[in-house]
Amino acid sequence: MAMFKFELVSPAKLLFSGEVDEVIVPGAEGEFTVLPMHTPVVSTLRPGILTVKAGGNVTRLYVRGGFAEVNEKGLTILAEDATAVEDVNMTEFAASVSAYEAKLAAAPSDEARFKMAETLFQLKAVQAQLGGGTHAAH
Amino acid sequence: MASLKELRNRIASVKATQKITKAMQMVAAAKLRRAQMAAEAARPYAERMDAILANIAGKVAGHAGAPALLGGTGKDDVHMLLVCTSERGLCGAFNSSIARLARDRANALLAQGKTVKIICVGRKGYDILRRQFAKNIVEVIDLRTVRTLGYVNAEEIAQKIVARYEAGEFDICTLFYSRFKSVIAQIPTAQQIIPPQLPEAKAEAAGTNTPVYEYEPEEDEILAELLPRNLATQVFRALLENAASEQGARMSAMDSATRNAGDMIKKQTITYNRTRQAIITKELIEIISGAEAL
Repeated sequence: MAMFKFELVSPAKLLFSGEVDEVIVPGAEGEFTVLPMHTPVVSTLRPGILTVKAGGNVTRLYVRGGFAEVNEKGLTILAEDATAVEDVNMTEFAASVSAYEAKLAAAPSDEARFKMAETLFQLKAVQAQLGGGTHAAH
Repeated sequence: MASLKELRNRIASVKATQKITKAMQMVAAAKLRRAQMAAEAARPYAERMDAILANIAGKVAGHAGAPALLGGTGKDDVHMLLVCTSERGLCGAFNSSIARLARDRANALLAQGKTVKIICVGRKGYDILRRQFAKNIVEVIDLRTVRTLGYVNAEEIAQKIVARYEAGEFDICTLFYSRFKSVIAQIPTAQQIIPPQLPEAKAEAAGTNTPVYEYEPEEDEILAELLPRNLATQVFRALLENAASEQGARMSAMDSATRNAGDMIKKQTITYNRTRQAIITKELIEIISGAEAL
């Protein structure tokens, strides 16, 4: 099966670089799957789960936001922060969600509030997904 | 001439100082390695960020709706200088060379009749700059409590700058930091970050041989998210370079301090021995002349 180059970088370091089969990216306007020979695209990311399939291995990572760029060389993701799903600390995550809720309540304008509400919704969706994921694993 | 006891004390104190400077040098060497690794690890992100930004900016630049963060306000009346220095001293000319560069720039701008505002990141730069520019300094960002420098810190600084920019407080923002070239060479650098100076040649080259991208969402929306993040990345890179430079500067400063202490000990030991011998000789003469007198 054809493979393509995938790089995941965060500001602090290069997290992953290698050949993969398939990557499911949580794009700002919906999830999309990148396969070899994908059309060039630049997209922003929403908080969500990034699924990487290489060989028979499936890795799931939580990303907080960032950018994805697909070109003829492969896929590059600039993530603000990426953690393997197993390593996400649910208590901390819940704390960050409630902190965000508090921030939303203090939003200065309607426009900002709308944007923040959207992000909060996405965060909650991830929380549910993560919660489900850990539950199924046990 | 100083007494023997005085000399002995002086030698002992220089030796103690030498021990301290030696230890500081070794600590700086260890920290330098870590800082260098961090700076290198951050490079891929910044490079790719630059590439994507150059790509999109090349497309949007011509349009009227280009975001202000990219195109600037069209004026250059108010300059913001973001001066990044360290929190601690004892690192040679590191802080003063950054501060000097910023001061020269500020003076040049003031001479042209522009308004200058300064944000200091790091206490040392503030200590130097406030003597002359106390009323120009609008904010001091203290990173003393930060143990390991993270992207979050840079993000906070970037958010503050963007907020000020959007409030129309300044037109052009320049970042001052020290580029880490090698352990013995740190180059104080000024880099304009708002509006960003894009690598033009690279953008053109990218335009010719890269395919047409699809954007999701629209270009300007991506750009609106990309630009603040790019700013944070630039600040982050400057902070990391600064951290590496600081340790490098401290290492060489402490190295020469250790060497100077060694020289001083040598000189004082010679004086000490001479004095000791002189005293012995004097005593001998006294004994001999006393014996002869009998």
